[in-house]
Amino acid sequence: MNDDRFPDSELPGHGRELRHYLTGAAVTLTLTLAAFGIVWLSVLPRYWTLGVVSVLAVLQIVAHFRYFLHIDLGKSHRDDLLMILFTSLIIVMMVGGTIWILFNQFARMM
Amino acid sequence: MSHSNRLHGGLNLGQAHAETHRQAETMVFGFWIFLMSDLVLFAVILATYADASVHGLADGPGPAELFELRNPFIETLLLLASSVTFGMAALHLKYQDDRRGLVLWMLATGALGLVFVAMEGWDFYSLVVHDDAPPQRSGFLSVFFLLVGMHGLHVIAATVWMLVLLIQIGRFGLMPDVKLRILRLSIFWHMLDVVWVAIFTFVYLSGVAR
Repeated sequence: MNDDRFPDSELPGHGRELRHYLTGAAVTLTLTLAAFGIVWLSVLPRYWTLGVVSVLAVLQIVAHFRYFLHIDLGKSHRDDLLMILFTSLIIVMMVGGTIWILFNQFARMM
Repeated sequence: MSHSNRLHGGLNLGQAHAETHRQAETMVFGFWIFLMSDLVLFAVILATYADASVHGLADGPGPAELFELRNPFIETLLLLASSVTFGMAALHLKYQDDRRGLVLWMLATGALGLVFVAMEGWDFYSLVVHDDAPPQRSGFLSVFFLLVGMHGLHVIAATVWMLVLLIQIGRFGLMPDVKLRILRLSIFWHMLDVVWVAIFTFVYLSGVAR
């Protein structure tokens, strides 16, 4: 199994990692087509469409992190995951807070 | 076994590149911190856009009148394809000592990036010239050009970076420093695709949804 150049049998990993990328390509392409398709066909009322494409976007971002950026739940690299989750928290607070305050201000100005 | 060798986000080079792999842990982590701050920047501009696209029209045209989906759809496919081709380049770097394959996949990625930027430039041109919707028309258009233009500038910067790396591969070969730079560029490139997912959803799809 082990040779000099590839200890820990890294060599058979090639096929696995290639499949990983190709799975990622298939998943993200499907989610993209679904999001555009729903808006193109406009089968749902506007607010439903907005909700569905938002959920699809979150799923696709998770897929990008999982398949292309190789972030998973493994113990040896929790730091990266923690940093992403912390950044997500900051983003939710800043985006949510900004939208809340600006829409509230607008309502008061009317 | 190979999973316990994972030291950082993005593709890990692993034991076959032992020296580079060890250096990569701190290097990539530092770069990761920069990328997260970049994500926060994009998120906050997007939040401003969410407000301006509703309240900042200044009696000018809104998203529903200005945007169509064909070009953003093609741009989305281009970026997605470029993410996959960069993945192939990274696999060549990791598993094959084959400079030619690596360079060809990187050239394919850069070409897709350039076509993306050219299409975006065309979109901007037709907005300003044909639709009479330049950035100074309204708050909504200012933030639109800021947000999408910022993403386009990132793609241009990444393409220049790729060009520099291709020259370095030619001159120095695949020395550890060059490998580390390719690793960081690959993470940067994939992150730009993540940002684009947010842009096509919350700017284009949400803009034209009825």
